[in-house]
Amino acid sequence: MSMINYASREINCKIVYYGPGLGGKTTNLEHVYGKVKPETRGKLISLATETERTLFFDFLPVDLGTIRGFKTRFHLYTVPGQVYYNASRKLILKNVDGIVFVGDSQAERMEANLESMQNLYDNMSEYGYDLTQMPFVIQYNKRDLPNAAPIDELQAALNPGWEVEDGSKHRVTPDPYHAGENLIEQLPGGEWIERAPYFEAIAVNGDGVFDTLKAVSKLVLKALA
Amino acid sequence: MTAGTANWSFTQDDFTAITESLERFLGATNSRCALLVDRSGQLVTTVGEALGLDTTAFATLTAADYSANDQLAKLVGESDFTSLFHQGEKESLYVADVARRLLLVIIFDSRTTVGLVRLRVKDEIEELTLLVDRVFSRGRNGAAPAGRLLQGADDEIDKLFNW
Repeated sequence: MSMINYASREINCKIVYYGPGLGGKTTNLEHVYGKVKPETRGKLISLATETERTLFFDFLPVDLGTIRGFKTRFHLYTVPGQVYYNASRKLILKNVDGIVFVGDSQAERMEANLESMQNLYDNMSEYGYDLTQMPFVIQYNKRDLPNAAPIDELQAALNPGWEVEDGSKHRVTPDPYHAGENLIEQLPGGEWIERAPYFEAIAVNGDGVFDTLKAVSKLVLKALA
Repeated sequence: MTAGTANWSFTQDDFTAITESLERFLGATNSRCALLVDRSGQLVTTVGEALGLDTTAFATLTAADYSANDQLAKLVGESDFTSLFHQGEKESLYVADVARRLLLVIIFDSRTTVGLVRLRVKDEIEELTLLVDRVFSRGRNGAAPAGRLLQGADDEIDKLFNW
């Protein structure tokens, strides 16, 4: 739920990083924290276990610049990835404006990715939110690992596309981030589908972290415009 | 099912009315500071003594704390716990729900008592509820204020991300 505060001239938005345990959600936030200027970010808060696994959430506020004289302040949250923390995960999704799904590219984590994606859809729909109508991007992390699955396979499993029912959106929309690919297109069977924008990343050294953040924050602001 | 979450905005008038109301409350209870936080953890305003708090972090943790307690209430068969009280050696916190949208956080010390805060907070919440309802009914009735603010700002948004 974005909030505009005319008194402090701020637009506040909430972005949640979701995905399976040990996929790199916290690493994304740590990289952002380390790279943005200290005056444009707040403290990185981690409610974690003694072994540094996220227990409730990580939180990082960042200012991404000014629009129409209003400071755009993004509150970045991660959720605990482990399956049994669903109650906490669901709480963090409340009033979210944009979602980043951080998938683990390792072939043996495919099952965990699928389970987490299904859990995301379920939790969102329990709040009455339709993920397909919201700012939503997918990040395939750990692309540097030798056991990383090919992007085609990850896309087919995690981002196969959803049917576009609104006829006014039935036109081919190129993916601005991948030449030759489309975000909205018609399948040979005649059905129109839309996919979430996706990014490849190696969060541990920062590759793809800001591309992902930029894409989701831009979608959030454009959803307001 | 809605596409996403609703958006809302505070004008200068809302802000002034809320601030005045909270200042009266702080004076009447001898409390140190009041923060108004939305349920997603965003700070709306803070009134009273500047305690050197990181208010952004404080707001987020308050909302998380309250949400977790809300779920605990449901687990024991209550629809919610309408307030929370954390007692410290010097400083204490009282957190109360406002219109199921916001949280009022009162920070106080030994110059007052939890009894007085609890007694006065009921009237304060009624007053704030009226003010907050005004904010939300405006969001429901007209075009989203956020939409008006950012209408036609696509170019500016694109430029913001040229880094």
